[in-house]
Amino acid sequence: MKFAVLVFPGSNCDLDMYHAVEDTVQQPVDYVWHTATDLSAYDAILVPGGFSYGDYLRCGAIAQFAPVMEEVRKAAEAGKFVLGVCNGFQILTEAGLLPGALIRNNSLKFRCHPVDLVVENNKTAFTNDYAPGETVRIPIAHGEGNYYVDEQTLLTLKANNQIVFRYAGENPNGSTDNIAGVSNERGNVVGMMPHPERAVKELLGSKDGARMFTSVLNAFLSRVNSGAVHGAQAQSERV
Amino acid sequence: MKAKVYVTIKENVLDPQGNAVQGALHSLGFGEVSKVRIGKFMEVELATSDRAQAEQQLKSMCEKLLANTVVEDYRFELEG
Repeated sequence: MKFAVLVFPGSNCDLDMYHAVEDTVQQPVDYVWHTATDLSAYDAILVPGGFSYGDYLRCGAIAQFAPVMEEVRKAAEAGKFVLGVCNGFQILTEAGLLPGALIRNNSLKFRCHPVDLVVENNKTAFTNDYAPGETVRIPIAHGEGNYYVDEQTLLTLKANNQIVFRYAGENPNGSTDNIAGVSNERGNVVGMMPHPERAVKELLGSKDGARMFTSVLNAFLSRVNSGAVHGAQAQSERV
Repeated sequence: MKAKVYVTIKENVLDPQGNAVQGALHSLGFGEVSKVRIGKFMEVELATSDRAQAEQQLKSMCEKLLANTVVEDYRFELEG
């Protein structure tokens, strides 16, 4: 299975994401610059945190139009696995690949500390290695992580089981319904404010984030085994 | 042709910055301030004299980039 870690000007969690892939699932991974126009070689696309384009105008507003985003859109439509973390989540919502928007924390403070999350949906490509309702500890680091959706969209998210993570304790940013992460309807695109790539070893304070990576490898392998992906067999031989 | 673009947070969306500024105004003695909402103001210059075309372009710019219509409203004024 081949991973891409997108790099925008101002990304700063790209190295963590890259090493998290190497350390958790030992699969090939590349940095892919925002100007790339072909992602066909990759099975999973990881959009890391940071401050793409300086967060000018709004977080993710400029990044959504980077050339690589057209490819991310195609990959998502093709059912490939896409994960956006923090600024990556903001970019995916701005791009319309995930519902809602992320606005300023209600405290107006940049919050940077571990949080407890409840796994609300363990059926997505990135959460199948967690137990439903399990509490996991993963750090947050954001000033604009206050997830907003209108009431109608919230009902849709609930009906489709698109709420992936909720904050278990205190809500650190004022997000709607304590939401920390959501998926698209198909469950192949997931976005979240907490940083699983910063929680892959006990030495880092938690290894609860590691299973996001093992989950997506599971999802990929089960697809390959069921032959659901064209050319997947050839790809699995390269794994 | 010059346009003034105003992007404001939707009425039903919380504006924590506006609330903080309201609190600061209260502590300065401006107790009559009942609400503050913070938005963005942009000046956009367009190399066209076709008003209809400019309006159409601005609408498209706002929808695509200048505002996030999930949480923001926009309006614009054309000068000249």
